[in-house]
Amino acid sequence: MALSERESPKGKRVSLFVTCIVDMIYPGTGMSAVDILEHVGVDVDFPMAQTCCGQPAFNSGYRDEARTVARHFFKAFKDAEVIVTPSGSCATMVRHEYPHLFTPDDGELYEQARRMAAITWEFSEFLVDGLGIVDLQLQLPEKESFAMHDACHGLRGLGLGWASRELIANLGNAELVELKECEVCCGFGGLFSVKMADISNAMLKTKVDNINDSSAETIVTGDVSCLTQMNGGLSRDKSRKRVLHLADVLAKGLGGGRA
Amino acid sequence: MTMGVESNNFIALADVALHNDDLQHAIGEGTRTAYYKRLDTMFAHGNEHGESMRQQAAEAKRRALRHLPDLLEKAERNLKKNGFQVEWAVDAVQANQLVLDIARRHSVQTVTKAKSMLSEELGTNHAMEAAGLRVVETDLGEYIIQLANETPSHIVGPVMHKTKAEIRDVFVDELGMEPTDDAEEMVAFARGMLREDFLGADMGISGGNFLIAETGSIGLVMNEGNGRMCTSLPRVHIALVGIEKLVDTVEDYATLTQVLPSSSTGQKLTVYTNIINGPRRDDEDDGPEHAYVILVDNGRSDIYATKYAEVLSCIRCGACQNACPVYRTMGGHAYGWVYGGPIGAVLTPLFVGLENATPLPHASSLCGSCKQVCPVDIDLPRMLLDLRWDLVQAGESDGRWDVAMRMWAIGMTSPTRFNMGGLAARVGQHVMGDYMPGVLGNWTKHRDFPEFASKPFRQLWKERKRGRA
Repeated sequence: MALSERESPKGKRVSLFVTCIVDMIYPGTGMSAVDILEHVGVDVDFPMAQTCCGQPAFNSGYRDEARTVARHFFKAFKDAEVIVTPSGSCATMVRHEYPHLFTPDDGELYEQARRMAAITWEFSEFLVDGLGIVDLQLQLPEKESFAMHDACHGLRGLGLGWASRELIANLGNAELVELKECEVCCGFGGLFSVKMADISNAMLKTKVDNINDSSAETIVTGDVSCLTQMNGGLSRDKSRKRVLHLADVLAKGLGGGRA
Repeated sequence: MTMGVESNNFIALADVALHNDDLQHAIGEGTRTAYYKRLDTMFAHGNEHGESMRQQAAEAKRRALRHLPDLLEKAERNLKKNGFQVEWAVDAVQANQLVLDIARRHSVQTVTKAKSMLSEELGTNHAMEAAGLRVVETDLGEYIIQLANETPSHIVGPVMHKTKAEIRDVFVDELGMEPTDDAEEMVAFARGMLREDFLGADMGISGGNFLIAETGSIGLVMNEGNGRMCTSLPRVHIALVGIEKLVDTVEDYATLTQVLPSSSTGQKLTVYTNIINGPRRDDEDDGPEHAYVILVDNGRSDIYATKYAEVLSCIRCGACQNACPVYRTMGGHAYGWVYGGPIGAVLTPLFVGLENATPLPHASSLCGSCKQVCPVDIDLPRMLLDLRWDLVQAGESDGRWDVAMRMWAIGMTSPTRFNMGGLAARVGQHVMGDYMPGVLGNWTKHRDFPEFASKPFRQLWKERKRGRA
């Protein structure tokens, strides 16, 4: 769905879809997202029934299981006006795959899939394209250099473009530098990283080398799954560098930082 | 006969490639060079212009596909008007038999060949050699591959997996070249060898990048001029053309000859862009006496009838291979059949049967680069997803994953079970330490896994709300 066709989310209550990985492994990143959203005056709620979007099953061909989990998602977010998620990958699942997972033959379920797709936003996209905010009026406690890794689903699935870079560029004390092949996959790919672990690792190695070669102290990305892959490789490589989620970087500017 | 299929050995073949340093170096450099050249050329006049060229090209191919049966008839009529003799082949056996019949009819002994992926698919060289014909590949890359007794690893750069030093060794070992590390000297040497073959050949075989219906012509693009030697010097010319190569008009051909070279080699136009209109006419000095077009199905009409029909738009530019981070790590041989990379991961199961290529739909991180660079906008990631679904439905998936996914879905349909799952993971991690059990151990073989949080987000959220209340 083209952005121009989407209803503006301004002034609406936001239901946070925190994603299963953030919930279990990176709760701080979820909190950072909430802090930033509240910082720009958004009313945030967290539907407690939420679990996962179903992507692991969908991407591995288990469509029945993916449909089961998607239907739970519909229930969990039935009262949502706007859904925001700190993941380009999960946003892509809801936005682009739900309308494929259900067909017009599914009747009401298809309508729900389309509605979920229409109201779901990725975190940076929501701020920049949805609310029109590129400057959060925040400043980091000290100077730090960052480079973006454009996670695949956000970049090519959602066409996020430069939203994250704009937010960082406007963050006081933050400097944006280059990361070679910033648009190339880190090799995660969900179960791909387990099923084809050696190939995934070869892709990761290239990414780790590029990160080590970058002058950035910290790499920023919009998906914790890619972040897990990259940090897993950096840690094994004994690199000092780390990847942070955009929300955590921005939240550092709120003072008392969380990341 | 169709070339042997090794696609079910994907993981093992990939492992070989991952441990070949020369290959790693050659493929890494070859793919990236082509990828960046493409960006420069395709978007030389801005993003919008490049994107609109892609859309125009996609539309030209989609239109041809929509009218495929009618256009094939139109093409046959017009090819015949131009003096081509037109043959139809249902499969590889029939196509190769037609080639052999034509060779026999014209007392052919030596055949020169221009680059044709279709002939790789059909195993035509093997069939001709088995029948006692001498076959010489004349595209430089294919020439090297033939000498080394290998198969192409890349659609456009068949020898991309070899370093310059390896190519030198092939020339020295197979043809007795004086050792040199100078690429130009190597090319000059090959050119000298090939010249004699061009002059002595009885028959030339080419593919056809496009088949232009309205004019009954074969559209052929190339850079080395070898294709022109194959299609004009020998007495007989055969063009092996897949039925999906059809375009309606010369204008469509013009559109596609812009995106094909920019996507594959980053050229605005190939060095030679040909429209071949049949055998030598009475008032002409050169050209073959007999020109044949063999229109080959070999599974294409079956694909045409499925949800994957769009893949028949592929113009074999290789851009998806250059852009694919999976292909970049290991080249094309691991895919186990003719076509490697994302397009191979889709085409191979469709051509040879899903059960003979079960790992290929999973040989992708679904990063989307292949779709992004495709000059005719084929949605390869969606096709890979659909093929994965087909695998599960056909019972070709791994039984352990079948069970795991069913259990997982049960866990994910209730926040209580989700929480218990999270708790189990935390405890499990505490007990197991840094290494994960079973198939998940593949993860920790190469990377460290983060710790599960002591408190999940939902608990932090509750505490925060309580704190505010």
